[in-house]
Amino acid sequence: MLQVRAIDTFYGTSHILHRVSFEIQDGEIYAVLGRNGAGKTTLMRSITGINPPRAGSIVLDGVDVTGLKSHKRTHLGISYVPQGREIIPDITVAENIELALIGKGERRNGIPDFVFDYFPAIRDLLGRKGGVLSGGQQQQLSVARALVQSPKLLLLDEPTEGLQPSVVEEIVSIIKRIHAERNCAVLLVEQNLEFVRDVTQRFAIIDTGRIVAQGDIGDLTDEVVRTQLSV
Amino acid sequence: MGTLLQVQELTTKVAGYTILNKLNFSMDDNELRVLLGPNGAGKTTLIAMITGQFKPSSGRILFADQDITRWSPDKIFQCGISRKFQVPNMYETLSVFDNVMVSLQSDRRVFKYLARRLSGEDRDRIWSILEFIELADKADYPADTLSHGERQWLELGMLIASNPKLLLLDEPTTGMTEEGKFKTAELIQRIAQNHTVLLVEHDMHIVRQIARKVTVLHQGQVLAEGSLSDVVANEMVRAVYLGKGKFV
Repeated sequence: MLQVRAIDTFYGTSHILHRVSFEIQDGEIYAVLGRNGAGKTTLMRSITGINPPRAGSIVLDGVDVTGLKSHKRTHLGISYVPQGREIIPDITVAENIELALIGKGERRNGIPDFVFDYFPAIRDLLGRKGGVLSGGQQQQLSVARALVQSPKLLLLDEPTEGLQPSVVEEIVSIIKRIHAERNCAVLLVEQNLEFVRDVTQRFAIIDTGRIVAQGDIGDLTDEVVRTQLSV
Repeated sequence: MGTLLQVQELTTKVAGYTILNKLNFSMDDNELRVLLGPNGAGKTTLIAMITGQFKPSSGRILFADQDITRWSPDKIFQCGISRKFQVPNMYETLSVFDNVMVSLQSDRRVFKYLARRLSGEDRDRIWSILEFIELADKADYPADTLSHGERQWLELGMLIASNPKLLLLDEPTTGMTEEGKFKTAELIQRIAQNHTVLLVEHDMHIVRQIARKVTVLHQGQVLAEGSLSDVVANEMVRAVYLGKGKFV
């Protein structure tokens, strides 16, 4: 459903991604791993259109989205949960979610019920300002905000960072439910290898902007980790 | 081994919410303590209280037998308490060597230290710190060319250079790869051989690698304290923090 073909992405004059190619199948959970600074977040930003590639192409369900603005890509089914969550601090939890609905181009019909099914805690937080939520609550809101856009492809950038073990468990079960119930593919950037091995089917490792390994998650052996991910 | 830090009945409220609730907490000289707790339990607030960035509603903080509760952050830093934030904080365009140099003494006046002539003793100390944090071969590199992990290690070196008695480390492995985290944990263990260290950390691999004594905060109070095995076996800690144990 997603084909990334030989993309080159720059920040100013710095060449960050070099001819990166990979594919994600329908409903698949796919992890991108790599050292800090390898280009993982740039890859996410290339796919969302925040930092589009200068060369190569990105195709979603047969539609070439390479030249499209971010909001057009959202309309076509790409939703992004950024590292750091980027909750808007001065508006309420409800307003954070409603903004995502508007971003998708949908009328304000209220927050869909499935949000409270996936994240029961959000119901009690609706009137709170986004900025006062704990890290775990912000992560739930950030994923909920992406899910109300009914994505075909959900991009999660380090969803477990800074979260306590019990909340990491919750995030695992939510990702598995999204995968099982919503026919949504997930592209995950993550450093927590236990988490990656638990939820993903395939992986790629990126190093200095180039894909240096990819395969089924069973191929992510300790030896691959040692040779490709050591500092 | 005497008591270095005592937090007594510390309470703080923010926008009507009680963050710390009559918290009592103490650390011995040369101790390495890990502080755990759910997001929102009050860990970062406690650190901000100890460093003087926030003032409590009531209670007091004693450090080396002095009441520092109402001291300014600068005075608290001068008396030997240094904090490391989650995001590395340094002079981006200065070299690795110069970043350690300006931190050499607790008086961090950058221009004064850039302008002055270094003594041989100062130079030796900077090089020994650079070797300690394994960045001696990058001494001349501008700080903004370092990798994320190297920046975290440089900041730890800068903290050591200020010669603190107590280091407060707030999730220093954030955003690192697993190997980077492992190396950072080793560095923290070496730092703890000569310093008192309070470490906030969620990654249980790191906690297991270094923990000697663990304190768990919950709703602004100490929920449990003791060895890691005692704390991990505690039902209440499992309920509010660890979960079923998949990521412990």
